[in-house]
Amino acid sequence: MENKNNLDLNNGEVAVVHEGTAKRGFFTRIIDSVYSFMDKTHNKIIVAVILLAFVLTVPLWADNYILQVAWNAMFYMLLALGCNIIVGFTGMVDLGFAAKFAVGAYTSGILVHTFGWNFWLTLPIVVIVGMIAAVLIGGPALRLRSDYLAIVTLGFGEIVRTVARNLEITGSASGLSGIKRPYIFGTQLTRIWMWYYLFVFLVFLFVVASNRVKDSRFGRGLAYVREDEDAARAMGVNVVKFKMWAFIVGTVMGAIAGAFYVMQMAAVSPNSFQFTQSSNILLAVVLGGMGKVPGVMAGAAFFSIFPEIFRSIGEYRMLFFGIALVLVMIFRPQGLWPERRRR
Amino acid sequence: MSESNVILKVDAIETYYGQICALRDVSFEVHDKQIVTLLGGNGAGKSTTLKTISNIEPCRVGKITFFGEDITTMPPHKIVELGLIHIPEGRRIFKDLTVRENLELGGFTRRGDDKKRDLMIDEVFCRFPRLRERHAQLGGTLSGGEQQMLAVGRGLMAEPKLLMLDEPSMGLAPLLVAEIASIIRDLNNEGIPILLVEQNSKMALGLADYGYVLETGEITLEGPASELIKDPKVVKAYLGIE
Repeated sequence: MENKNNLDLNNGEVAVVHEGTAKRGFFTRIIDSVYSFMDKTHNKIIVAVILLAFVLTVPLWADNYILQVAWNAMFYMLLALGCNIIVGFTGMVDLGFAAKFAVGAYTSGILVHTFGWNFWLTLPIVVIVGMIAAVLIGGPALRLRSDYLAIVTLGFGEIVRTVARNLEITGSASGLSGIKRPYIFGTQLTRIWMWYYLFVFLVFLFVVASNRVKDSRFGRGLAYVREDEDAARAMGVNVVKFKMWAFIVGTVMGAIAGAFYVMQMAAVSPNSFQFTQSSNILLAVVLGGMGKVPGVMAGAAFFSIFPEIFRSIGEYRMLFFGIALVLVMIFRPQGLWPERRRR
Repeated sequence: MSESNVILKVDAIETYYGQICALRDVSFEVHDKQIVTLLGGNGAGKSTTLKTISNIEPCRVGKITFFGEDITTMPPHKIVELGLIHIPEGRRIFKDLTVRENLELGGFTRRGDDKKRDLMIDEVFCRFPRLRERHAQLGGTLSGGEQQMLAVGRGLMAEPKLLMLDEPSMGLAPLLVAEIASIIRDLNNEGIPILLVEQNSKMALGLADYGYVLETGEITLEGPASELIKDPKVVKAYLGIE
């Protein structure tokens, strides 16, 4: 009697989970054993050290192609970590994250290319422009139900791309190119391995920032909003304010990633900000396990590396990509490495 | 009763869902140390009344005052800070967060003071030992009765000056309903006034000092609980005996 009631209250959520555990497959058990292995602190440290050593030594053996792919994976991790604040921590749906890194990319690109600024000095402007963009989109949309936010962000993504394509200052359809690369300690960042290390460092900063957010009062508030907005409101969480700040933090992280991206590419064009870009970032977060920082990074790595591994088979790789996604959804609907094991 | 100990005064409020009028000219009062109950069938507007008071649903007409302060248009988180705590229908605990994390939310309006928060969590655990046993368990794995205890415990974390309970007996076995009733009685004896919304009229009238009956968004009957329980109309419509 009581149990039945429980299920009703959960809107069927628990029922689904029970079903999932009932037919625990081979695949699920393997991942669960990996998970319980990773639960122990010393195992965690060992794995982290090995991973870090691996990541730091990649440029010693890798050719330029592999480095480019690895750099791209780092870039995706930055975007996914930014998107994770909005989608993973707060549970809002953002279908236009590409627009956020477009905002950063164009701000920095224009200031360096057209106005001859030093790249590092453009970063504060990037942050400010990112905040303004977040407030412009979020201000009206966050007061509405979350589905509206999805539509608004989707629209904003298209607007940014269309505007960039048509304005002269953004270089219209061909974009900006030949952007001067920045210097660190008097050395110009021209080689890919330099960028690789710079992005590894940025990922490190973003991970630290994400964890700081998560463990703070702010982060707990976001978790409450994600779990049950009405209950959070009834218990005294200022839901709109918390959502707004999550949106701002995520957007600024995306904008910063975009600013660095454009400097490595030394070019920016509207085609970099297609809808598929936004959906890939969103999928990386969802696939990796909403809100779980290492999971999101794994999701981003998967999304950027998987298509490259199967490049030799041409367009068929998208077929395998699709199959892989379906498999994940069947066996790990809560993501590869979710925030919590659900039992 | 004198005006001076009125802590919550709801004055002719009207609430709409779009064009549909959910509450019409609803007025009532909660006095200090009282248990006041709102009775009524499905869709009578009981939950809407509580949601309007905590401003989760905006109030279109009328005025709500809490300890003399106008809270009609105050944002919900400010109302919680004043100590007007709403425990929503269906408990609404966080199923994917642990029992302890659920309780931590209750103290959310009190910033920074972690020591005091831990002390209060301990108090809740003393009141509900079963929650202490399950402190690291996810909320969703608790039984219905335990979830209700957790919801009440979470409300207590916010140091209520008035506790609004929305159908705490919902979906619970009779034995547990009695347990929840005694919890409510205990809280009231400790000096917390309670506004209780219930479909289980027998339990509610057994606990309450004063009651109001809501029908399709309007108050149709009111009186001391001891009189309402004998009122032939109430008996016929809500108690279902003879």
